[in-house]
Amino acid sequence: MLPKRIIPCLDVADGRVVKGVKFAGLRDAGDPQELAAVYSEAGADELVFLDISATVQKRRTMLQWVAGVAAEVSIPLTVGGGIESPAHVRDILRSGADKVSINTAAVRDPALIDSAAAEFGRQCIVVAIDARRLDSAGELSWEVRTHGGSQSADMDALEWAERAVELGAGELLVTSVDRDGTTSGYDVELIAELHERVPVPIIASGGAGGPEDMLAAFEAGADAALAASIFHYGDWSVRGVKEFLSDAGVEVRL
Amino acid sequence: MIAIVDYGLNNVRSVANALCRLRVEHIIASEPTPLRQADGIILPGVGAFSAGMRALRAAGLDIALREAAAQEVPVLGICLGMQMLAAGSEEARDGAPGLGILHHRAVKLPPEVKVPHVGWNRVHIIRSKCLFSDLGEAPYMYFTHSYFLPAAGGESDLAVTEYGTTFVSALREGSLWGVQFHPEKSGHDGRQLLRNFVQLAGRGGQ
Repeated sequence: MLPKRIIPCLDVADGRVVKGVKFAGLRDAGDPQELAAVYSEAGADELVFLDISATVQKRRTMLQWVAGVAAEVSIPLTVGGGIESPAHVRDILRSGADKVSINTAAVRDPALIDSAAAEFGRQCIVVAIDARRLDSAGELSWEVRTHGGSQSADMDALEWAERAVELGAGELLVTSVDRDGTTSGYDVELIAELHERVPVPIIASGGAGGPEDMLAAFEAGADAALAASIFHYGDWSVRGVKEFLSDAGVEVRL
Repeated sequence: MIAIVDYGLNNVRSVANALCRLRVEHIIASEPTPLRQADGIILPGVGAFSAGMRALRAAGLDIALREAAAQEVPVLGICLGMQMLAAGSEEARDGAPGLGILHHRAVKLPPEVKVPHVGWNRVHIIRSKCLFSDLGEAPYMYFTHSYFLPAAGGESDLAVTEYGTTFVSALREGSLWGVQFHPEKSGHDGRQLLRNFVQLAGRGGQ
């Protein structure tokens, strides 16, 4: 068994780290480079940066802060937000990111996963899936959402996960749109379903309120737990989370 | 001077950043000339085997690396960089050969475990050469890969890691050193390993 990874996630808009509830109502939470250094020193296993304001015009700004963060930290960096082409993947990796996270563009053009994995290797292609729970007549399922959770892709999230892995996703970053920012716990049923179906690492995201939620996600089969609010606002330190998990019998890198 | 080989697809930036943090003089080399003047060469790697080999050949870097190896210039291959020093890889669907400086051949991790192998894992040091100075017996290092080099079972195996199988996570063959993990992404311990390599390169590989 590998140690479970604890991954602070930093949402970036216009070069600042922000955090909202259910993908809206953004609050300022700090400077990307500073927060990255703090988390890296505090024992974070990786960092994920998602540029939620990313547009083609802002691509240059994005590459700049990615380069700034990469110069600062010596742990793996995943960068996502508005990535639409293998050329963009290349630019981000060359700015110092280790992996890219592709979301909406992969739903629109699944071949992007295939071409990016063929060129850069599947280990650096993370497919992010924003999933919303559908509970019709007791039949539990999840739909894929795109554009920061605002639109339905009219696809089943579990089927999409399997397809993304077949195409070359090296990891899945699975965010529960319902839970995101609520600190009410991860959608562990979603994690468990995915764990049964896909052979790649799963990063649980959306809803972490504390280490007990991470413990539940790991028990459901997650390989890594991602969290934003609890770290940014100082409710928990990365080390505190890891000590809790270690005491609970979860192997973590301390 | 350490030369970092840039073949266009790899994470040169991460390795350059790591050397900057160590305040080590280095040059990013996308053509053969700087490799001929370097005290040590780092061949970083991220990406697909065939694409990497194609890019090395297109820039004439394959020949420069073989020359450097023949002249016993210390070379550190990281992840795919180490695998490209080998004879070949199962990953190369087109059968593209590696640099052939090492005899190993990369094979895929077994299906019983999640592939790629992503995360921090223990590197069990079995031969404590200078590359592992001040690193304890089994430091955690960061891995992200789907293929590995099987242990050769001889002097060249420096460290092994368990993940579905036991594979060689660090090796040495003369002046060539290889690590399957990413020291440039492995926090303090990774930094120490890079410092060790830079120091041994400064001593002419000893």
